[in-house]
Amino acid sequence: MEQIFKGIGASRGLVAARAFVYKLESYVPAQAQVEQPDLEVERFQTAIRQAQAELEQIRDITERRLGSDKAEIFEGHLMILEDPDLIDVIIEKVKEESVNAEYALYVTSRSFIDMLSQMDDEYLRERAADVRDVCNRIMNNLRGKQQADLSAISEECIVIAEDLTPSDTAKLNLDYVKGFVTEIGSRTSHSAIMARSLGIPAIVGAGAELSRIETGTMIVMDATEGVLRANPSTEELIEFGEKKIRYDQRQAEFAKWVNRSSVSSDGHSVELAANIGKLEDVQKALDNGAEAIGLFRTEFLYMGRSKLPTEDEQFNSYKYVLEKMNGKPVVIRTLDIGGDKELPYLNLPKESNPFLGQRALRFCLDRPDIFRTQLRALLRASRYGNLKIMFPMIAVLSELHAAKQLLEEEKRKLEAEGVELAERIEVGMMIEVPSAAISADLFAKEVDFFSIGTNDLIQYTMAADRMNETVSYLYQPCHPSILRLIRMVIEAGRKEGKWVGMCGEMAGDETAIPLLLGLGLHEFSMSASSILPARELIGHLSRKEWSSLADEAMALKTQEEIIAFVRNHKQGGQNA
Amino acid sequence: MISKTFTIINPTGFHVRPTKAFVQAASGYPCKISVINKGKKVNGKSSLSMLTLGIASQDEVTLEIDGEREAEAMEHLGKLLTQIHE
Repeated sequence: MEQIFKGIGASRGLVAARAFVYKLESYVPAQAQVEQPDLEVERFQTAIRQAQAELEQIRDITERRLGSDKAEIFEGHLMILEDPDLIDVIIEKVKEESVNAEYALYVTSRSFIDMLSQMDDEYLRERAADVRDVCNRIMNNLRGKQQADLSAISEECIVIAEDLTPSDTAKLNLDYVKGFVTEIGSRTSHSAIMARSLGIPAIVGAGAELSRIETGTMIVMDATEGVLRANPSTEELIEFGEKKIRYDQRQAEFAKWVNRSSVSSDGHSVELAANIGKLEDVQKALDNGAEAIGLFRTEFLYMGRSKLPTEDEQFNSYKYVLEKMNGKPVVIRTLDIGGDKELPYLNLPKESNPFLGQRALRFCLDRPDIFRTQLRALLRASRYGNLKIMFPMIAVLSELHAAKQLLEEEKRKLEAEGVELAERIEVGMMIEVPSAAISADLFAKEVDFFSIGTNDLIQYTMAADRMNETVSYLYQPCHPSILRLIRMVIEAGRKEGKWVGMCGEMAGDETAIPLLLGLGLHEFSMSASSILPARELIGHLSRKEWSSLADEAMALKTQEEIIAFVRNHKQGGQNA
Repeated sequence: MISKTFTIINPTGFHVRPTKAFVQAASGYPCKISVINKGKKVNGKSSLSMLTLGIASQDEVTLEIDGEREAEAMEHLGKLLTQIHE
């Protein structure tokens, strides 16, 4: 009978194979008295030395296979073997209480595993798995048992387990193991991280129900969706097979685009950037071939806490991102609070129309104390990379002037304090209020760049709340009114020699991209996972051709007509 | 015995890498080194115990050092606590 399980897609891919159920024996040693505690300590130390030799070997193999940063997990394991609060405590327990080493190891390690698995920090919770892994290894050595070993697998399979330890994953034979699924774990578990670097599909956190699957059961897993089916019907197997072929072909295509530049078929270069909202997103952006960070939302620094972030705290986060991007442009947007994003600790008065109220820069200009702190942190971080500062929600010139003046004042103060700043920091603004789009020519003289925030621009142009389902039909990125505004902004930038980017959903939309390329958009900033498909698409489009096609499209009356027009010509162009 | 409080500024808190650097440095000193965060006190020479402190960015962490070369250890370890780790 078919069964469906859902978990977290930890490493993308589709695979069909038979299940190999991997069970760790959970061994609870009995407490026993020993006659000669000294000999027992000796026995324990031999087990430790053996574990050390094994771990050094695994570390070296992993280093050769996956590089030194992945091998570091095992450096951590080796350190656990030397930890005084674990090892010395066990030895003392054996000596003082004359108990067997197995029992002393069990109770001492248990207390660490329990403590770590109750931590608030997900990353630290995962460290409990390290302790479990190392202590299992010592325990097996004490008992003279072979470590349960996945390297013995010699038939194609999907490994099903409660959890996989780092030692388990290091030993997977990828000629046979086509993917794995675990009952517990999260996207940041060792097993998940390993799966991504090994490049095999994996689903984690699929739940205890998973233990119902037996070795030999046919499994199809879609790790991109995090869905797994046991005992699928023949029709489903065929359907899955076709889906897999399409998926694998697409992936192979995309992978080729990671290190390429973003150029249209007729040689016009654009920039494909990533939108990020937290520090961990930077790596994902790089992995997906981002040429820049086009939007770094700084709200995460302010939200989910009880007080404002300090200047140093902000400085460290900005510096981290700038350094990690290693000279590639990083557009950091100043605080965009208000609307649907609240900061309870500021006790701001309720507004009846928050999206039309004191949001973003409007709030920052009202609270220069908060704003200045952020500007100082940004300026101080500027020398660690290619920083560009962006102000959100500007409607009229006086707001831009006020923001630039505060920035200038903080800059002068820092210079007077002798702080080293980047020689040049570009300052730009988001275009998301229709008034700014319509008067973009007035703004273009006073900024270094524009970035069009389409989500808000559409909501404000259509006067339709994007949270309100009943008016969602008005969310029309390709409506002539929106395209006209976008064209005005790009034109205004071009006349003054300023670059224009876009950081809303629309920038990664496969229907909008040909039009935006044709209109002359320079930077497309989107979620990391959209970058490679976008780069591939742009590589197949001719800038020159789409320049005239965009003009034709904009003569049409409705979004439906425009979308149909683009789809029609996109396919024609790709087949030619 | 000497004691001093430091603010953690590493944006990702004090995970494995910084902990490792700290513990390795601490283990090189003969004196007793205790680390206190949010009222919990542990042995600064044990990485497992250090991890159970769950040190996050902006936490105020106190070092209590007692014994030979305590002043030197305080300076060295204080630097490691307040540094940015890659």
